Amino acid sequence: MAKWYLVYLAQSHPGFRKAELESIADLLDIEASFESHDMDHPFMTVLLEDDEQAMKLAQRSIFVRGVYELWGEGSDLDSLHADVKSKSSHYWPDYMTCSFKFDLVGYQGKRNRKDQVQLFESFAYLAFEGPIKMKQPDQIFTILEEYHVVGREPAATPDRMWLGRQVALGQREFKLLENYHLKNRSYTSTTSFEAELSLITCNIAQAAPGKLLYDPFTGTGSFLVAAAYFGALCFGSDIDIRVLRGKDSKSIKTNFKQYGKGYLLGDVLTMDFTHDAFRKSLRMDTIVCDPPYGIREGVKVCGAKNEDRFVGKESVLVDGQLAHTRRDYIQPKKPYELDALLDDLLQFASERLPVGGRLCFWMPTENDAQQESRIPQHHNLELRYNLVQSFDKWARRLLCYVKRDDDYVGTTLTKDQRTVKNNFRVRYFQGFNKQPST
Amino acid sequence: MKFLTTNFVRCAIKSCDGAVNSFPLKYSEIELVQEEQDFQPEFILGILPRLDWPAILKVAADLGNTSLPSQLPEIDINDPSNEILLKDLHTLLIETQLVQGKMICENCNHVYHIKDSIPNFLLPPHLAN
Repeated sequence: MAKWYLVYLAQSHPGFRKAELESIADLLDIEASFESHDMDHPFMTVLLEDDEQAMKLAQRSIFVRGVYELWGEGSDLDSLHADVKSKSSHYWPDYMTCSFKFDLVGYQGKRNRKDQVQLFESFAYLAFEGPIKMKQPDQIFTILEEYHVVGREPAATPDRMWLGRQVALGQREFKLLENYHLKNRSYTSTTSFEAELSLITCNIAQAAPGKLLYDPFTGTGSFLVAAAYFGALCFGSDIDIRVLRGKDSKSIKTNFKQYGKGYLLGDVLTMDFTHDAFRKSLRMDTIVCDPPYGIREGVKVCGAKNEDRFVGKESVLVDGQLAHTRRDYIQPKKPYELDALLDDLLQFASERLPVGGRLCFWMPTENDAQQESRIPQHHNLELRYNLVQSFDKWARRLLCYVKRDDDYVGTTLTKDQRTVKNNFRVRYFQGFNKQPST
Repeated sequence: MKFLTTNFVRCAIKSCDGAVNSFPLKYSEIELVQEEQDFQPEFILGILPRLDWPAILKVAADLGNTSLPSQLPEIDINDPSNEILLKDLHTLLIETQLVQGKMICENCNHVYHIKDSIPNFLLPPHLAN
């Protein structure tokens, strides 16, 4: 029978949490509703089938700090005790003789040592007879508290208290984010995508063992490294050979080696995404990327900016060999419209993803009211999530689409129908000051 | 470029789309290197359904390996005798690196190059526009 668990979440990107938890539950067949999620609070209660499902959720989530079997809750200590006594007494007999300890987790507040001991002792009525062990006890009973902040100081007493039996801690409690932090990674550049949001992106994209993930604008492979953490076979491409080659004998490959995931790096290919070389019958389970919006790298594709200059060059011979087939030939590139690239991306995803497969990509936008009209849509792709990370003058969105079958007829919004062009690059360099020119 | 990837890529030129000869590419003047990787039997098993086996045979033959079974055998991971076959596939698909060489489309004869293990599919202007 399902029972209640308390989930303790990191407050780092609260707008992304529900999507992450739902995506994990969907991927791992965990039956759970996260509707009670509230961005302003790190604690939420969730009904789960058993401890195993709770552990799976904690193991996979980037946000989860801990999952606890809920023994009671209250607005103060007295109401917590009353709730524990009325709701959890059926749990008690199982823990009479095991070793245990009590722990305290405070969000935006803490207690001094004396207070803590007093708090722990107030649960003496549980009458556990097993030994108290501070290191590796069989069970940890945790009191969790949420304080609000008055001015700059925590309030004297918490707003909410819970008692729970710790089932699992999340990977972020075991230095996951430190290990994957860009400053600790061997090969990075200015276009590398930060670790925490890369991992969250790949969670929402449902990267997993047995799946193939493709990043068409891979750069230094930030999403590939994150997807390999979740066990996916990774392929990436980029039009810039230099970024794929790496430097000072550091490359995407050395990053994969660093994390012990070498076997999961399929390959990185030098490729213009609008002229891709993947055979059509190759199933790509998930596509994740941060397209080149032009702040650091403008959108480029293969071709001649000025076609007249290249007339007849296809028959030029060098040492009796067609110049464009020689190893040292450098393919010219021309600028391409970002909105057209996004349409290409959605079209590609609709052709290559299996039904239920996901496309996740990031899109920078301004903080104004017209943003929804800029989001591209394809009739075979359902826009499942549209998550916003806000900065001072701009924002970026993580868009997640799910491939639907041919019977599904969704919205289509191609570049010609999008009322406002994504001229983010221009506006970025204008400091977002002037009125947007359409 | 891993041997595995030869099973996933075809000619990038739009007019070769759908042409039978554009996949697999023909591999010529290839310099090979064996690069050790962790052997994960379940991972190899997971890759097999994605493979186009006739194309594996053809590219392996291009590279001088004609010892592969003509049909991809059924593999039961619990049968220990399959471990050898999975290990062989691991060596071929994951550990065999194509470091330098040419990839040629047998439909249009366009030549692509592998440079320092990275295949280059960028197109010249007259084939990209």
